[in-house]
Amino acid sequence: MSLEKKYPKEVKQILSKYPPEHKRSAVMPLLYLAQSEEGYLTKAAMQDVAKIVGITETDIAALVGFYTLYHDKKEGKYRMQVCTDLPCALRGAEEFMEALCGNLGIKVGETTPDGFVTVEAVTCLAACDKAPMFQTQGPDGIKYHENMTVDRTMELISVLRRSGREVEQ
Amino acid sequence: MSYIILRHRDIADIDQLNVYKKNDGFAAFKNAVTKMSPTQVTDVVKNSGLRGRGGAGFPTGMKWSFIDNKNWPHYVVANADESEPGTFKDREIMEGNPFQFLEGVAISSYAIGANAAYIYLRGEFWQLAAFLDEKIAEMEEAGYLGDKLFGGEYSLRMYTHLGAGAYICGEETALLESLEGKRGQPRVRPPFPPSYGLYGKPTVINNVETFANVPMILANGADWYKSMGTTDSAGVKVFSLSGRVRKPGNYELPFGATFRELIYTYGGGVQDSRSVKAIMAAGASSSLILIDNEKVLDTPMDYATVRTLGADLGSASVIVIDDTVSMDWLVNKTIHFFRHESCGKCTPCREGTYWMSNIIERIHSGQGTTGDVDLLLNVAKQMQGKCLCALGEFSTMAVVSGIERFSQDFKKAVTPAPPLYVMQNEGMEKA
Repeated sequence: MSLEKKYPKEVKQILSKYPPEHKRSAVMPLLYLAQSEEGYLTKAAMQDVAKIVGITETDIAALVGFYTLYHDKKEGKYRMQVCTDLPCALRGAEEFMEALCGNLGIKVGETTPDGFVTVEAVTCLAACDKAPMFQTQGPDGIKYHENMTVDRTMELISVLRRSGREVEQ
Repeated sequence: MSYIILRHRDIADIDQLNVYKKNDGFAAFKNAVTKMSPTQVTDVVKNSGLRGRGGAGFPTGMKWSFIDNKNWPHYVVANADESEPGTFKDREIMEGNPFQFLEGVAISSYAIGANAAYIYLRGEFWQLAAFLDEKIAEMEEAGYLGDKLFGGEYSLRMYTHLGAGAYICGEETALLESLEGKRGQPRVRPPFPPSYGLYGKPTVINNVETFANVPMILANGADWYKSMGTTDSAGVKVFSLSGRVRKPGNYELPFGATFRELIYTYGGGVQDSRSVKAIMAAGASSSLILIDNEKVLDTPMDYATVRTLGADLGSASVIVIDDTVSMDWLVNKTIHFFRHESCGKCTPCREGTYWMSNIIERIHSGQGTTGDVDLLLNVAKQMQGKCLCALGEFSTMAVVSGIERFSQDFKKAVTPAPPLYVMQNEGMEKA
């Protein structure tokens, strides 16, 4: 089913934010909406968005390749995006990352065998005073987890596995 | 002294509309719309000496006065793309004191005659965007946004827009491209946004913190604001303190407070009681300030004075580096960041950050020679002055200042021989 048929209200609401002659502005929120379905952008979803805003599939592919929060491949249900940039690294983010990967038995960029968690190293997330920190990108959108330890992270993962969704901590 | 920007630390629940209203919220906006002309509003901001808080420090009122009144409609865009490593102030302002920020956007919109304002948030601020959407809806319901405000002719709507993970979108013309649904790549300037901005229309873009100052300036007057800070940099600033300090966080201080006050009085000093080796005052885009004697720490933090140290205050994201850190490691980190974030539009930045990262990785992994350090410096200097936007320029700051001011660190990291095969692995000819 097309995005417009499945989410008529959301699509209309997104389009209403921008002048009708500049529909293209809606492409980024629409891509988020399309991505919420599978956790990545399928070819069909990209075609859908292209049709709604009136640009080519190539234009869409150029955007998906440019912005890091759009994905065109299936990875883990939850992406744990750990900031390892300079300020976080000065507060132990690299050691945190190494220990976390060790615990999960994967390398940076890899997904756990059950397809649940992908660990990624990302650049600054504007939480430098609360390192080590990461964000989760998953079915519930994006959430910050700050002042983290490996133990608390493993606990979070098991809560996610049990409940299937993020809960307020 | 009570807070001017981070007022949520003084006033509980100021993120609630009724609490904000009780604390004179929206009085400045109402007064501006009902009793002042747009030019009068701009003049107050101009006279206050407010400078843009995003990093460039451009006088805010002057920017507003550049708006092209022959071309309509006008737009206001709030830059909430906060992505500079070491900067985390805008997030706290929007989370803690959202209405003051939104009121600032509203006042600015009135001053330039914009009927629509967009708040461009970095994609990671997903939850924050939802929070602001609620606040905007509350303002509409209370009659602070919508048609014919306060019984007059002025109308204003506000919208949030999420980016999707690209540091470059903090650059104002890249942000506009992104808001138009394109890749966030900077435009060639001039023309500047006040004449050619969103959808090619005159647009004012300011940083979140800049907007948050505006209601307080309108309420208390330009002279009140100018009485704080220094002659060069009026008012207060939210300093984001990070790195090897005991108490990292945001600290709102008047301009002119010293590095020592920020790091020791407020930040609790350096971890493990080490000494400060260097300071990056403008996040990863900084030149490294060498702390070779204690007096440097007594430098007042304002735009002009920090420049005398061969650095910039930028967005005042102060990263403290202690004496356990080697600069080849640090420069490796910053180059890696810029290589990742380079948008690829202009050649010096796209290629320069790529080659710099290859060379620094060689040095940092212990496989470099003294010739590599010279080569790295050479590449960085060749990039300077040739990039399309400031990002390319920024990528060279830590490199050049690191090598020039901390040459010992680089000497230690390499073997003392010239490179025989300079770029052999990358398919270049023998040097």
